[in-house]
Amino acid sequence: MDAATITSWMREIDAAVRRERDHLVQLDAAIGDGDHGTNMTRGFEAVVQALDGDPGSPPGKLLILAGRTLVSTVGGASGPLWGSALRSGGRVLGEQPTFDGRELVQVLAAALASVKDLGTAAVGDKTMVDALEPAVDTLRARLTEGASIDDALDAAAGAAEAGMRATVPLQARKGRASYLGERSVGHQDPGATSTALIIRALQRAVTGTA
Amino acid sequence: MAVETNQMRKFLNEPAQVVKESLAGLAAAHPDLLRYDAAAQIIVRKDAPKKGKVALISGGGSGHEPLHGGFVGLGMLDAACPGEVFTSPVPAQMLAATKAVDGGAGVVHIVKNYTGDVLNFKLAAEDAADEGIKVTSVVIDDDVAVQDSLYTAGRRGVGATVLAEKIAGAAAEGGADLTKVTDAVKRVNDRARSFGVALSSCVPPASGKPIFELPEGQIELGIGIHGEPGRKRATLGSASEVVDVIVEAVISDLKPKRGAKVLAFVNGMGGTPLLELYLLYGEIDRKLRAAGVEPVRNLVGSYITSLEMAGASLTVLELDEELTRLWDAPVHTPALRWGA
Repeated sequence: MDAATITSWMREIDAAVRRERDHLVQLDAAIGDGDHGTNMTRGFEAVVQALDGDPGSPPGKLLILAGRTLVSTVGGASGPLWGSALRSGGRVLGEQPTFDGRELVQVLAAALASVKDLGTAAVGDKTMVDALEPAVDTLRARLTEGASIDDALDAAAGAAEAGMRATVPLQARKGRASYLGERSVGHQDPGATSTALIIRALQRAVTGTA
Repeated sequence: MAVETNQMRKFLNEPAQVVKESLAGLAAAHPDLLRYDAAAQIIVRKDAPKKGKVALISGGGSGHEPLHGGFVGLGMLDAACPGEVFTSPVPAQMLAATKAVDGGAGVVHIVKNYTGDVLNFKLAAEDAADEGIKVTSVVIDDDVAVQDSLYTAGRRGVGATVLAEKIAGAAAEGGADLTKVTDAVKRVNDRARSFGVALSSCVPPASGKPIFELPEGQIELGIGIHGEPGRKRATLGSASEVVDVIVEAVISDLKPKRGAKVLAFVNGMGGTPLLELYLLYGEIDRKLRAAGVEPVRNLVGSYITSLEMAGASLTVLELDEELTRLWDAPVHTPALRWGA
């Protein structure tokens, strides 16, 4: 995996959040303020533009650029959270031109740590952590068991999607949905939903299939 | 031509440009008070930076007008950072504003307690510190509808934000140092509590759809300022019955001293006329007195809104002599003006 993998990942995310924009807006309108789809679309559109303007950088630098772009265009909570996540992940790779599955786990683990630190959220709080943490854990476990990167990423994306669906019965403890108290129960978390899209986009970018 | 969907009729050119075009209009209307830096998307007091004066900045999503841009001027804010509708601004805006207003005495960030606002202001304060600017941040969290807990995002910042900006702005204008101005914001937040109700949802321009639907005869109790549903839905009673709920929620949490002098702020959410807000004020004034506190100052009008939402909130601030003096001090901004 190399810089082209990162560029392709960001393009896949851009396409996915655009395609699911109305769905994310709808989920957010139920327990937040209805702007999540709009914000993520604006952010990843800017990321794709920024990466187009920076050919030749190593993958770590591209992730840092993507993160910085999200912080400066998205606003809301998802801007700083995904922005810090990608920057932390990018720092793991430094200047190296390629990375392997084990290093991808480190990138995602750094991203997860940064989200948990900034957002002070844990699994079960009904946030993006509910999708991201199982994805990282599954990717690590499957690679350790000797699975191929394609199979391990497919399992990780599946774990993110399961984590996303598991937010439905939860009562939100972080973010804007927490203001609703018990009324947040029964709705799927929009942040966990876009996170599942982002991990699925990574799987698509790496394996080159849908 | 306005933009119309089957659920929205608004004066728009291009929905994505609504914030920028509105800020340009604010600057066109008040060139004596402020300017609009379109590149940074910030509103800055015309005479900023003022050498030796502590500067105050606030910001947050748009859709709450006149908050915050309408409070930039003498005796209140030095700059405002408006984000997209209901979306926190980005750190680059707060950093640009901080640099534009720093007069060497430090800058206070007044932050409403929403995860997005808190995170973006945090990143901006770190950047400003890296550039050698002294920044303090105070998070406003006065909404009693949200159950506070160590394990949640905590209470929202609502009406007390307006009062904190006015009172701390007066302290800064009077020459107080960074510690004193920061303390003034904290004291207002400590002594103020708010509660809001909605009679309708609102329609963000980007989506063109109401955030929620209220069935006939129902109201939302315990709303914030982002068109979000409240803590619970209830049957719409008389104004007097609704005021009973609001006053009880605020007073039982604030627990003011017997005979305390208070400021009562009756705020419209954007779609409720003054006719009704004054009716509410009359009820609230009477019920506060019955509850043993004395409203010696008040503010009635739509100052921290949720687009065109019909509804109102009450903020009660327990006053002391200094807070009263700072409230009475001259202010000249687009939305609040007295004594100057």
